[in-house]
Amino acid sequence: MTQAGVSLEVRGIRKSWGPVEVLKDVSFGIEPGGFLTLLGPSGCGKSTLLRLISGLDEAGAGQILIGGRDVSGVSAADRNLGMVFQNYALFPHMTVAENIAYGLRIRRVSKAAKQKALARVAELMALGDLLDRKPAQLSGGQQQRVALARVLVSERPLVLMDEPLSNLDAKLRVEIRSEIRALNKKLGITVVYVTHDQSEALSMSDSVVLMNAGRVVQHGTPMELYRTPATVFAASFIGTPPTNLLDAADVRPPGDGAAGLPADLAGCIFGVRPEALHLVVPGAAGRADFTASGRVAAVEYEGSVFLIHVETPSGARLVLSHSGAEVPQEGDTITLGWDRPATHLFSKETGTAIPVSA
Amino acid sequence: MNKRLPIGLAFVLLVLPCSLLVAFTHYPALRALANSFWNNGSSRRPSKFVGWDNYRAMMEDDRLAQVLANSAIYALGTVPLAIGLAIGMALLVNSKLPATGLMRLSFFMPTMLPMVAVANIWLFFYAPGIGLASQILSVFGLPPINFLGSTDTSLASMMVVAVWKEAGLFMIFYLAALQAVPANLKDAARLEGAGHVRVFFDVVLPLLRPTTIFVAVNALINAFRLVDHIIVMTRGGPNNSSALLLYYIYEVTFAHRDFAYGATLTVLMVVILGAMAAVQFWILDRKAHYQ
Ligand SMILES: Nc1ncnc2c1ncn2[C@@H]1O[C@H](COP(=O)(O)OP(=O)(O)OP(=O)(O)O)[C@@H](O)[C@H]1O
Ligand SMILES: [Mg+2]
Repeated sequence: MTQAGVSLEVRGIRKSWGPVEVLKDVSFGIEPGGFLTLLGPSGCGKSTLLRLISGLDEAGAGQILIGGRDVSGVSAADRNLGMVFQNYALFPHMTVAENIAYGLRIRRVSKAAKQKALARVAELMALGDLLDRKPAQLSGGQQQRVALARVLVSERPLVLMDEPLSNLDAKLRVEIRSEIRALNKKLGITVVYVTHDQSEALSMSDSVVLMNAGRVVQHGTPMELYRTPATVFAASFIGTPPTNLLDAADVRPPGDGAAGLPADLAGCIFGVRPEALHLVVPGAAGRADFTASGRVAAVEYEGSVFLIHVETPSGARLVLSHSGAEVPQEGDTITLGWDRPATHLFSKETGTAIPVSA
Repeated sequence: MNKRLPIGLAFVLLVLPCSLLVAFTHYPALRALANSFWNNGSSRRPSKFVGWDNYRAMMEDDRLAQVLANSAIYALGTVPLAIGLAIGMALLVNSKLPATGLMRLSFFMPTMLPMVAVANIWLFFYAPGIGLASQILSVFGLPPINFLGSTDTSLASMMVVAVWKEAGLFMIFYLAALQAVPANLKDAARLEGAGHVRVFFDVVLPLLRPTTIFVAVNALINAFRLVDHIIVMTRGGPNNSSALLLYYIYEVTFAHRDFAYGATLTVLMVVILGAMAAVQFWILDRKAHYQ
């Protein structure tokens, strides 16, 4: 089964529901066969955007190009794409086989071809024994696989998925996640995947479009999003636990002065990931470019690491992901250090990143 | 929680509804059954047991044969018509057209009116010469029809009244069911290339099936139960052309005061309704189970 993917480009899309503008000038693109994730908090407009791409709703302004062709005015049925809905949208009165073959039936595919396509997809998704069941007689994971099979059987070059794993338990989610990724690689179909789970986005995607309040905040590879967050929002949304945000007043700059840092440090917010922080023990060897001190407010045991919550004198909270042998106790006053490359600076005014030269 | 009632209180609570049920449902039904084996008594001649005589008379009753045929036509005509109209109205009212609120109200209005008032409205509508129906016909240059006075049209006219009165109520059930059809099922079908008509027949209508069965049961019962409009409008005439079973029972029992034969016909009606209920519940059990 070889089905080459198509490219997708979204240009300056706007959409309003009544007086509320839900999408404000959204643009991004994806190569054929790519796996792009739309990531963002609940209500930021991800589903709305997906429905616009699929043609189920109409955009207020902007262009959508599928395979280089502007599809405004092309109906949902003619856009040649498949969609996996958030809660599967399986037809409850049809068997699994009827559900999967529904699109083929509508397109009057011959019976023999239908049987062949059905058998192939059923094997691919391991649904062989379930074909005669009704959706209500399936587990969540099985329903999920039927929904995927229904999209795959039509051999669409572009597949949209709206939080398809949100109803599954953690173990199944990881399993199906890798199954989806494998299908994308194996079949070469282009996938647009919606989620509000940042770890899901980072683990699966070729590229991630991070959205907030109807705008694209950042578009890049998972690594770019993690390493160089473009705004305070991107820094705080990606990574668990989220990036620590510190006022300049709480930070002691390096002993060699503030070379390479912006002149107006007071107008900056420092961002440091919990895993980039380490304990600075007085007198011991090891150095840090930046340090901050505070009182340990809580210690959480996470298995591989301890999460140590620290309260600075100004009242800000920091989280340190600590894997050392010596664990500070609640109430201790400790000093945390981190290095220059791990430092993200953001403008207090605009929230956007300020480059830090090494 | 599952606390047990004292046995005395449970007994009292059970006796009250049971005695009502017995007094007004079971006893009269059994009494009708008993009466159907006796003839009519008078002050001089007490009624006596006649065995199957009443039933034999029933088998040879030509009027009954016509009444049963009328009832069958009436039920088979009004039930699908009312269901079809109700679905159509529900789709209309559930659409994105303007003024759906007003439509809802006007479709539902006939249901709220008492049947006798409905019958009066339609008496004016059907009135030969001056009625709205005649005037509409004359606009198109057609000769007037005596809707209620002709054996060809009287039963059909009664069916129209019944459908008009009932469809609004059924529309409400269908409207609720339509709004419960998940939008993403329709979207999924659309993405697969189904047009509006296909979406309706492939997705929406099957999901409405439990509602359809429920509505069909009610419509069928009503077809046998509601005869007020016939009493008001045609009195079963002309020449029995619009007489239904319940109307016939009413006439035999209260106009002719033939209580024995009335009881026999009542037994027949109970048997028919019971058989229909049994069939419907059998279908209901087999067909109405998704989710
Ligand atoms: N049909 C609609 N009518 C009016 N407002 C809508 C409609 N659909 C969505 N909205 C609004 O648009 C905004 C974006 O909704 P959308 O469903 O796209 O969010 P989302 O990013 O998919 O969120 P979630 O992660 O919770 O699914 C929300 O504020 C929502 O209230
Ligand atoms: Mg959504």
